[in-house]
Amino acid sequence: MKQLTWKDLPIGGIIIEPGNARRNITGTWRTERPVIDQDACIRCRICWMYCPEPAILELDKPYVTKSGKKYDVTYEVDYDHCKGCGICAHECPVKAIKMVSEVTG
Amino acid sequence: MAVTKALSVREEVVKERLGLTSNYAAAYAVKSVDVDVIAAYPITPQTTIIEKLAEFVANGEIDAEYIPVESEHSALSAVIGAAAAGARVFTATSAQGLEFMHEVLYITSGLRLPVVMAVPGRALSAPISIHGDYQDIMSARDAGWVVMIASSAQEVYDSIIMAYRIAEDNRVLLPVMVSYDGFLMSHTTEPVEIYHEEYVRKFTPRNLNRPRLDPRKPITVGVIASPDWYYEIKYQVVNALKESKGVIKEVHDEFNKTFGTNYDIVERFMLDDADYVLITYGGASTGNAKEAAIRARERGLRAGVLRIRLFRPFPTDEVVNAIKDARAVAVIDRALSPGNTYEGPVFNDVVSASIVGELISRSFLLFTAYPRGRCSSTTSTIFIKCLMSTREPVSIRGRRYSWG
Repeated sequence: MKQLTWKDLPIGGIIIEPGNARRNITGTWRTERPVIDQDACIRCRICWMYCPEPAILELDKPYVTKSGKKYDVTYEVDYDHCKGCGICAHECPVKAIKMVSEVTG
Repeated sequence: MAVTKALSVREEVVKERLGLTSNYAAAYAVKSVDVDVIAAYPITPQTTIIEKLAEFVANGEIDAEYIPVESEHSALSAVIGAAAAGARVFTATSAQGLEFMHEVLYITSGLRLPVVMAVPGRALSAPISIHGDYQDIMSARDAGWVVMIASSAQEVYDSIIMAYRIAEDNRVLLPVMVSYDGFLMSHTTEPVEIYHEEYVRKFTPRNLNRPRLDPRKPITVGVIASPDWYYEIKYQVVNALKESKGVIKEVHDEFNKTFGTNYDIVERFMLDDADYVLITYGGASTGNAKEAAIRARERGLRAGVLRIRLFRPFPTDEVVNAIKDARAVAVIDRALSPGNTYEGPVFNDVVSASIVGELISRSFLLFTAYPRGRCSSTTSTIFIKCLMSTREPVSIRGRRYSWG
């Protein structure tokens, strides 16, 4: 992308297009990413509530665990916006979320 | 012929002649231009400008919102909000009050809001002083504002009218500060000619076609910018201030035509054949310098005075043009820049201009002076000494520098 200069930018640093922050993908700041173990997850929704971004997605996606338990929803991570803060992994009551290094993991 | 025309223009536009302090002249100018929002903090070091405006608003003579805030920081912040919404705004302060506003000064210019503020220049504490000098203005020098320094109550009135035209011009969109001598002008009375409001309002049409907060066309104001963008946006301010000089000259020309005046961004007094040039700003210094030049001419010294009326952007070409044939130039500064190579702030600007004009390569003397005490009539005697002492250091608190 071409770097915009003072000649191209609207004056005063104003933003003239509302909602353009949607295009600002901030997941690249992360050093570790949360990975959810769908079989261990009990669908308690605590990660979804605690995520400050919010980058935990609650999807209407049925899932059957290896032990045969059926769920109507699945929790996944929006890696475009997750900053890797680790709050979800810390709060998970069944330790179903692990933080994995972006470089070595 | 031109004089007759100017006189007949004057007859048409002038509504009345009043005895006003420069503070009241500022208030009358604000009344003439039809502002929407005035915010001010009413305690010392505030001046009588806002007292008069409060009276105008209370009497229904101005249809404006008057916000008495709890500090100067809030006063400028309040008018920033109003200006961002498209309102025409005014505030005033002085001395410590301007210092308390300091961070908001940069925000105003960075957001490109056409705020107009009157600032009687006064000395800064400590020690405590309510008297006139320009230390407060010089401390706000780099904030990205257009700064005009008037030398009479009439000029204060006229400059504030011009300030709205300059600030709201889409090629400028920068805040404008109109300054003048604290105490010596702000609290002394002079005759001022007030114009019919219809002429002033015709001269200062509202510009709503600028970026502003409007729910029908949403924008975001006051964003964070990463270093990639920060300097680009700051450079817009640098460029706008530089380019504003052309617009300021245009506005001056049109003002002169409309109101029969004779303003320029500098004032030239007996300069055409001058060997010795005094460079001044503000009221008292300039009056004394003119008197000194007249007395010097009586003694056979060809002296003249250049008054800096537009301080930012600095009138470099005009200064070069005024001093290029001079044998000696003295700058009477009414503020200090302690620890700088030369302690006078405007002296430094004149040195820069001399480099631009390639003047310092030839034999040329430049003096800097900071008059002690009040700027009284005895100061003119000092100025004469300053002019004549081209071989010896001047006998005032100041220094003599020369090149070549």
